[in-house]
Amino acid sequence: MFKITKIVLLDILKSKFVLFYTLLLFVMSWSVFNLEDNYAKGILSLLNLILLTIPLVSIMFSTSYLYNSSEFVELLLGQPLKRSRIWISFYAGLSLALTLAFLVGTGIPVLIYAFSTVGIMMIVIGVLITIVFISLAMLCSILTRDKAKGIGLSIVLWLFFALLFDGIVLFLLFQLSDYPIEKMMIGVSALNPIDLSRILILLHLDQSALMGYSGAIFKDFFGTTSGMIVSLSALCAWAIAPFLISLKRFNKKDL
Amino acid sequence: MFVACDLAIASTIHVGGKYPIRKIQEAISMAKPNDSILVEKGVYKEGNLLIDKKVYMIGIGKPILDGQKKYEVVSIKADSVVFDGFTVEHSGIATLDDPGGIKVYNGRGVIVQNNTLEDNFFGIYIQYGKNCIVRNNHVRAYGVEEQQIGNGIHCWKSDSMQIIGNTISGHRDGIYFEFVTNSVIWRNISTKNIRYGLHFMFSNNDSYITNVLKNNGAGVAVMFSKKVSMLNNFFEDNWGDAAYGILLKEISDGYIIGNHFSRNTAALYLEGASRLVVQKNTFEGNGWAMKVQASCMDNTFEDNNFIHNTFDASTNGSLVLNTFNHNYWDKYEGYDLNKDGIGDIPFHPLSLFSVLVEKNPPTMLLFRSFMVTLLDKSERMLPSLTPDNFKDPQPRMHPLKL
Repeated sequence: MFKITKIVLLDILKSKFVLFYTLLLFVMSWSVFNLEDNYAKGILSLLNLILLTIPLVSIMFSTSYLYNSSEFVELLLGQPLKRSRIWISFYAGLSLALTLAFLVGTGIPVLIYAFSTVGIMMIVIGVLITIVFISLAMLCSILTRDKAKGIGLSIVLWLFFALLFDGIVLFLLFQLSDYPIEKMMIGVSALNPIDLSRILILLHLDQSALMGYSGAIFKDFFGTTSGMIVSLSALCAWAIAPFLISLKRFNKKDL
Repeated sequence: MFVACDLAIASTIHVGGKYPIRKIQEAISMAKPNDSILVEKGVYKEGNLLIDKKVYMIGIGKPILDGQKKYEVVSIKADSVVFDGFTVEHSGIATLDDPGGIKVYNGRGVIVQNNTLEDNFFGIYIQYGKNCIVRNNHVRAYGVEEQQIGNGIHCWKSDSMQIIGNTISGHRDGIYFEFVTNSVIWRNISTKNIRYGLHFMFSNNDSYITNVLKNNGAGVAVMFSKKVSMLNNFFEDNWGDAAYGILLKEISDGYIIGNHFSRNTAALYLEGASRLVVQKNTFEGNGWAMKVQASCMDNTFEDNNFIHNTFDASTNGSLVLNTFNHNYWDKYEGYDLNKDGIGDIPFHPLSLFSVLVEKNPPTMLLFRSFMVTLLDKSERMLPSLTPDNFKDPQPRMHPLKL
């Protein structure tokens, strides 16, 4: 099992794309921290960049990588190996490679410029978001055999989480503005890993004072240890659930 | 002739360990008007010290007057008393008669200066005062809860007061004015008070100039007053869920000129304000630079710098009866073809998101999300939901040097 993971990992690391991704993250983080005068602002600007690029790159790269290595998967299936092992190895390999890229690209600048609780939380969330979108990519690639369709689906998913979901939330907020919906919105935000990460980080920065009354309610939940544990486990669930569904399908699939 | 006589008979009474008179109260009862009482260094626990005639009270080496948490420490009930150079500490706490470290009753021309006040319920409390001067005092308390502590310098129903060069911290309100007219607050430093650094109620024709108001629970509030001038003050770090640089409510005909607002949650909050001139201020690094409610009218905002604020402005309605002109906005993206330093296209300081939040506060859930940024950008180009007359027709290209 580790052998396949290693092969996948090395294969990805050898590709120029991951190198480029690492470099991109590094330049982004570095310039953000140099431009802003204090680290809290740097974290804030970086947060927006990270929540946009990481999901996009993770889901797109993983989907196309999985399609590209379909022949390798078929080859492996010919060997006396358990099907689930192969799929898990791909998941592990992809996650390791992209996490490594993130840790080098963003983790190091964050640790240098913003070594604090928020900084560390930022890194943890970045890693989790990477894995969440890889897991979604695994699901996309298993749902359809057609590469174009699969990549299309992954783009739609990214668009949904990064943009459309917030639109729906905004719509809901205005439709239900006569009701006390703050607590419900905490639950709704858990349905989107990107929103969940953004709120988690924001509430640990000074900026949360701007959020007023509703901010206080969110802070009551997300600011406490139990709230943190709940929301981090929600993120973990996002990282595991889509993958488990894809694993189940992969085990049954006629390739 | 009378004055000369007065001076001739004025004498000096010494109080202290090495003098026959050891109690300050005894010295006051012996004294005739215009006498000086010099109090030597030491600790005096005399309960309530009542000054009921015109005397000059001078502390030498900061003698300590201790109220033992039971008494009002010093009560001044005469005109033209000078109270200089004491340490006044541990006044009693009572919400019915509001004991103060130093309390002036109906005094004219009383001067309270160079004192240190520590851990009192109210610091310096003046009621029905006229022409009083409160100068160079250090007023400090360690309040935790609003109900358990009074104000640093509290003036009530007074006129022509001068509050100059005091340092105040840890009280409920640093400086509190209620029904005080024609007074000046100059060069004070009011920090870390539980509620407001400075609080005005029903006080007309006052000015506060070059004060530093920093890190107070809720910033500064000026309410129900006319003709208040606020010049060259520093409003800093008033950061919290309900903190304001200045909160103005029902204010008219005032001037807000040359102030610096840095790192406040909401730097300037205006509600029911009219005919104010807001000029040459710097708003830097605030959450909201201005919250101008629709109930404000005929205010002018000119020549201000808006730099690094999360939101430059917000309002709660579509009615805009205020004018904005010649301000510098760091978010301005226009151009200046004729190079006269004034942008050729108007700037709309209201972002769509700030309007949405004002209408529906839970929308803050989407704060800093990608979609909000996108909406804001499109709204800036084609204002449709934000009031289109909330604009600066002639924004500056470069910040003013302030």
